[in-house]
Amino acid sequence: MNSFSLADCTSLESALSELKSGAVVKAGGVDLLDRMKNGTDTPTRLVNIRRISELRGIHETSDGLTIGALTTLAEIADDPTIRSQYTILSDACGHAATPHIRNMATIGGNVLQELQCWYFRSAEFQCIRKGKEQCFAFSGLNQYHAIMDYGGCPSVAPSSGAVALLALNGTIELTSAARGKRMVAIKDFYIHPDANPHRFNVKADDEILTAIHIPQPAPGTRSAYQKYGEKESHDWAIADAGILLEMDGDQCKRAVVTMGAASPVVRRSQEAEAVLTGKRITEQTARAAGKAAMTGAMPLSMNAYKVQLFPVAIYRTVLLAAGQMERDPSAAG
Amino acid sequence: MTGNEPPSDRHSDRSANSTTAKKLTRRGFLKGAGITAASTALIEGVQGFQQEALAATPEHVKEYGPEAAPVTLHINGREHTVRIEPRTTLAEALRVELGMTGTKISCDRGVCSSCTVWLDKMPVNSCMTLAVDAVDHQITTIEGLSVDNEVHPLQEAFVRHDAMQCGFCTPGMVMSSAALLERNPHPSEADVRMAVSGNLCRCGTYPKIFAAVLDVSSHQATKA
Repeated sequence: MNSFSLADCTSLESALSELKSGAVVKAGGVDLLDRMKNGTDTPTRLVNIRRISELRGIHETSDGLTIGALTTLAEIADDPTIRSQYTILSDACGHAATPHIRNMATIGGNVLQELQCWYFRSAEFQCIRKGKEQCFAFSGLNQYHAIMDYGGCPSVAPSSGAVALLALNGTIELTSAARGKRMVAIKDFYIHPDANPHRFNVKADDEILTAIHIPQPAPGTRSAYQKYGEKESHDWAIADAGILLEMDGDQCKRAVVTMGAASPVVRRSQEAEAVLTGKRITEQTARAAGKAAMTGAMPLSMNAYKVQLFPVAIYRTVLLAAGQMERDPSAAG
Repeated sequence: MTGNEPPSDRHSDRSANSTTAKKLTRRGFLKGAGITAASTALIEGVQGFQQEALAATPEHVKEYGPEAAPVTLHINGREHTVRIEPRTTLAEALRVELGMTGTKISCDRGVCSSCTVWLDKMPVNSCMTLAVDAVDHQITTIEGLSVDNEVHPLQEAFVRHDAMQCGFCTPGMVMSSAALLERNPHPSEADVRMAVSGNLCRCGTYPKIFAAVLDVSSHQATKA
């Protein structure tokens, strides 16, 4: 890790004023230290926000939930309100990484993690994301890469929290010293590589992600998230599914199907949602939704298996959300 | 998880009796008493820097580095002052600066959890924690589990069940499962599996580790 100075801040105001050009925000530090140890990031100035207590905690509001950016994944996973009413989020946070990392990693940092691609995360490879022309994954080792909507960069969205927040229609609160607060819907937060390969999200350098707001789900909402990986623990998903169902009796009034490990930006599958909407949730409709979610899949040389795996993840998670299946013991985390 | 309280009652009265603690460590045995005495003197030598580091910092911001400066850490019920740069991880501070080599560094990326320590009783990866982030928290390491030359029941159970092969994951496994027993004295096997799901054992000793933890749990049940 390179040498740096660190401003250990205990108030948001002080952190914002310390956030001058070139300074990088550190919260839990899990993803940042990983990149610094890899040598891909070499900031000489860190603004440490980890001790800012005003940015931590889960608050119920009149129309939903506000989660401070520094709330840990473990705190979200264990929160009784989130477990019962926003199950998809406690599922996603409770199965990310390892119990140890969930005790350290914050929801803000989870959402802001940089892309998963071993070429991007290696200091040895200068790719399209780092201002060069080349992508090494298309012709290289791409078994964990994207299978759809990847444009010029088949990296995968790393945040399982974002898969849940997209289904819940969450909003990211960004705060800067110069412009105050602004809200960005999670669906507009991430930037597709073809729109701008050098920025992954719309957060400006002088902004701190301060909170996440989630509207109260409609009555009758049931939700779940599951991820599948090579290992039971620690690993990022190779296929994952976030499912939110607004039920009216046994009819599904509205469905949201989200995926992370399919593409560089977390995505909804409108094709899968159309299959579920207005139907009874059965094994048959769940399987059909999984199949529909792969519309437009264009796997790379080594990851066609993901086109088989995603439909299984979606089918099982639809049934889990609907209360018709237990959590899959072979799912990761 | 609550803040600045000692790790537990049985730890709170830990004395500075490093001689007895050393008897339990293989490396302490190898190193002998001389080195420990020398490093204690060094630590005391830097205490004087503490005041100047705290001065001249505005409210709500504490400056660190990039040069090394003294930082005080609360470890196993004792205060230790170490002279470190901000980039020093807690694992490095423990092992390199303080010679507390019970905490292992293996992957150095938070993947294997052989570096597990408790921050206010919560198991974390000390390799992915900056030492300065551990300031004002109670740090418990594997060295702090044994009290007055008496090993933790879990350590006894690991020996009884032969729950290690190469032993490199063992301190992390013990810290993760001891943290579980602190918050849930009678876990199920699923709870044990979850608690150590971040700890990698490349020898594959998991079944014996689960058995050792459950053995302590059932022992606690008969006593209760």
